[in-house]
Amino acid sequence: MITSRLLDLPLLRRSDALRTFSIAAWLGWQIESNWADPLLFAVYAIARPVASVLILVVMYSVITEGATQEPIFAYIYLGNALYILVSQVITGTSWAVIDDREHYRTMKQLHTSPMDGYAYLMGRGVARLIIGTISVLIVVGVGLIAFDLPLYPLTINWGLFLLSTVLGILSLAAIGIMLGGATMMMARHFWSVGEAVAGSLYLFTGAIFPLDVLPAWIRPLGFVFPVTYWLELARRALLGDNVPRFETLAAFSNGQLLGILVLFTIGLLGLSILFYRWALHQAKERGMIDLETNY
Amino acid sequence: MRDDAAIVVQDVNRIYKVRGPKRRSDPQEVTALADVNLDVKRGELFGLLGPNGAGKTTLIKILATLLLPSSGTALVDGFDVVKEQKAIRRRISMVSGGETSGYGLLTVEENLWMFARLYGLDNKTAKERIDSMLKLMGLADRRRTKIADLSTGLRQKMNFIRGFISDPSVVFLDEPTLGLDVGAARDVRAFVEEWMDDRPDRTMVLTTHYMAEADELCDRIAIIDRGRIIACDTPENLKRSLKEETVFHLKVAPLGKRPEANEHRIEAVHGVRRVSTTEVNGHTEVTLILETEEALAGVIGHLEARGSNLLSLEKQEPSLEDVFVRMVGRSLSVDTSQRDE
Repeated sequence: MITSRLLDLPLLRRSDALRTFSIAAWLGWQIESNWADPLLFAVYAIARPVASVLILVVMYSVITEGATQEPIFAYIYLGNALYILVSQVITGTSWAVIDDREHYRTMKQLHTSPMDGYAYLMGRGVARLIIGTISVLIVVGVGLIAFDLPLYPLTINWGLFLLSTVLGILSLAAIGIMLGGATMMMARHFWSVGEAVAGSLYLFTGAIFPLDVLPAWIRPLGFVFPVTYWLELARRALLGDNVPRFETLAAFSNGQLLGILVLFTIGLLGLSILFYRWALHQAKERGMIDLETNY
Repeated sequence: MRDDAAIVVQDVNRIYKVRGPKRRSDPQEVTALADVNLDVKRGELFGLLGPNGAGKTTLIKILATLLLPSSGTALVDGFDVVKEQKAIRRRISMVSGGETSGYGLLTVEENLWMFARLYGLDNKTAKERIDSMLKLMGLADRRRTKIADLSTGLRQKMNFIRGFISDPSVVFLDEPTLGLDVGAARDVRAFVEEWMDDRPDRTMVLTTHYMAEADELCDRIAIIDRGRIIACDTPENLKRSLKEETVFHLKVAPLGKRPEANEHRIEAVHGVRRVSTTEVNGHTEVTLILETEEALAGVIGHLEARGSNLLSLEKQEPSLEDVFVRMVGRSLSVDTSQRDE
């Protein structure tokens, strides 16, 4: 089969991390794309994100009396659409621990193999990233057709968009891996931790409303999450510099925001590696690696 | 570390902290392993025998890098289980009996291929090994069956193959024939013997509840109880240690409703060293280890006085089961319903 040949490239043979990442990505895709029930998949990947964005549109329309042609609408709409990736990537990486431990019961086999645990979780998140990307494209497509979003391929700053999105996704994976590490130390299962964190980040990242409306003491939380800078940069890249935007980061240039995003992403990745190692050690000390709660 | 040692365990302790039923209650310490010392030679098939909760699985988990020891050191293939885990994981594999785990939506072949690749095998080698092992274990016709559609026994067989696909130099088999039917268990034992015979540097640590299995397969056996190694020798030497004593198997009906109290009463008879009882189909099977044959008369007199009928009596050569009863003070078969570790 072609996939198995692709996963046998010389580079992947030599590096434990790359090989683990690619095998985990393959496994994740086998699990997530198990479209035995296409209706269920359609609900999951299409109807759910479209419905959630429509709820936002209805709320926006009620508040602004239907001003969906205002430039700020596109800014909010895209923030919400891109936010789908936040939930998918964070949940995809952290969920793998619960899935392997409680559902497939393979933690023992995995953790007695020479795989790289960090790369494994990162790889397992890839499938959800792909599904999330499909959902984002569908939601943006709905926006183009139904709300005439001002997106013009020739004016989009593709370089900035792709670079900031890669950094944003890496920082999301780092958060997911830290949650996965935390999950390994929990005696009781932690089913919804990914969703819970992704949901709470919605408040602090300026996706649909500016950080300035939050109480002053809680605002710093938004400024330390790389997601805040990624969403801002991605929307600037897609809509251009002249479109109205939230005031919070208006004073920062694209270069400044990109610099902050790079630094924060590197910092978060480093932190996630240290935290994952510590969590794995703790889980082995407490005898929790292959713990099954049978809940 | 000695050159011929595949596994060295020195003064290993493992203590679990267990919380009480109330959320705020202080954690209590449970000792799973206490001062365990053990050497397993390269090329040896080493057995760990013990009742449930004795610490067998805890010890195997430590050696397989799934669990850290609370203190002490353990080396596998010369590598430390705390500091050099990855080097150990390249050389080992672990298979637990009764294991029905696996990614149910993958086929048998895909599941094995995935683990082979995680172990670093290239595609060609992985496929060749999968082919030959599926044929050897009689699973070749199920290679494209999804794991979710396999019976429990076939899943166990597949997990057994997974454990050997990377050709590890040290294998930990935790109750490998648990839950298998007679034929499948025989296949597994035959495979184990063949695998060990194939290359002299392969090492295996086996835990089992089945004494006959341990007797048949193991070069040496350690008997473990309440976290301590209480004996370690070849099956022959362990049995020889009972040669000076006399072993009788009795069938008695009725003996009484409280097995422990009955055992204590018989043990009080002069010349009786150990007693273990097992209820079987309305009668009680009693294993007696006596200092001399003369003590038997006292036991029979005691049983008659209590109104028990002696259905049969048999003098036997000591078996591993008898050694176990002598060392641990109870039969292994009475523990099988309890939870391990």
